[in-house]
Amino acid sequence: MDVLLAQTPQAEVVGSTVEFWVFSVTAVLALGTGLSVVVLRNAVHAALMLVINFFAIAVLYALLEAQFLAVVQIIVYAGAIMVLFLFVLMLLGVGSETRFSDRVPGQRTAAVLLGIALVVVLVGAGAGQFLGADAVCPADGSTGPVCAGLAGPNDDGNVAGIGRLLFTTYMWPFEATSALLVIAALGAIVLGKRQADEDVTDLPVVDGPADAEAGPELRGELVTASGDATEEQS
Amino acid sequence: MSGVPIGWYIALSAMLFTTGLVGVLVRRSVIVMFMCIELMLNSVNLALITFSRLHGNLDGQVLSFFVIVVAAAEVTVGLALIVNMFRLLGSTDADDADRLRS
Repeated sequence: MDVLLAQTPQAEVVGSTVEFWVFSVTAVLALGTGLSVVVLRNAVHAALMLVINFFAIAVLYALLEAQFLAVVQIIVYAGAIMVLFLFVLMLLGVGSETRFSDRVPGQRTAAVLLGIALVVVLVGAGAGQFLGADAVCPADGSTGPVCAGLAGPNDDGNVAGIGRLLFTTYMWPFEATSALLVIAALGAIVLGKRQADEDVTDLPVVDGPADAEAGPELRGELVTASGDATEEQS
Repeated sequence: MSGVPIGWYIALSAMLFTTGLVGVLVRRSVIVMFMCIELMLNSVNLALITFSRLHGNLDGQVLSFFVIVVAAAEVTVGLALIVNMFRLLGSTDADDADRLRS
C-alpha cells in the first residue's frame, strides 16, 4: 500500500495547523452566537443565532473525528428542532421582550457572577490537565502521549463503528429510545389537542392600547368568536 | 503552529454550557429559555465527543447520539407545553406564570 499524503510527516504539520485555525474560527463563532442567543431581545433573532451555533458545533464534531454526529447534528438540530422552534415562535407571534427578568432583586448580576465562577471551576477541573502541548491529538492517527485518537475505532468508518456499538453493547438503550420517541409524539398530540374544557379558551392577544381600551363586552365577544371558530375547525 | 490540545475543546464546552445556564436564569421568554437549554445540551455533547477522542473509543459518541434523541423528544413535548401555556395565560413570559403565587 502506498503512503497516502495524510500519512507523511509533512502532512501531519499541515493537518495540525488546519485543525488549529478551523478550531479558532469555529470556537469564536460558537461563543459569539451563544452569547447572542442570551443577549438579543428579539426571539426570532435569537433562534437564527442558535442555528449558526448548531452549525459551528457540527464543524467541531467533524474536527473531533465524529463525522456521523456532525451530519446528525445538522439534520436533527439545525433542520428539525430549529424548524419546530421557529414554527412555534411564528404561531404564537411573540415579539421583543421589553426587559430581562428582574423578579428577584439582583438576579442578573448574580447570574453573571455565578456563571463566571462556574466557568472557572469547570475549566480548572475538566480542562486544566489537558491544556499542555502533550494533550494534542496527533493528526497522522498515531496515539499521542495523552490523547488516544480515534484512528483505530474509526478504521472501517465512523458510521460502521457507531452502528456496531449501537446494535451490540447498547442494544437495549437503543430500543428504549424508540419507545421514548413514540411516547413523546403521543404526548405532543395529547398536549396539543384543544380541550373541550370551558375554562380553557383561546384568549385574544391583548398587546395594543386599542384592545386594552375596548370594553369587556368587546373582549368577551372576541373570546366567544374564537371559541366558535375552534369548534368549526374541529 | 501545533494542533489543538484536548483541553481547549473542554474549555469551550464549559463556556457554552455556562452561557446557556446564564440565559436560562436571565431571560423571561420561555421559548428563549428553552433555546438556552438546547445550548447546554449541545455543549455537553461537545464534551462527550471530546472525551471519546481522548480515550480512543466510540462509546462517548454513542452516548452523545442518545442525548440528541432525548433532546428531540424533549423539544417536542416542551414546545407543546409552551403552546398550552400561551393558551392559558396569553403570554410566553415566565414571570406571568405566577398563578400559584397570587
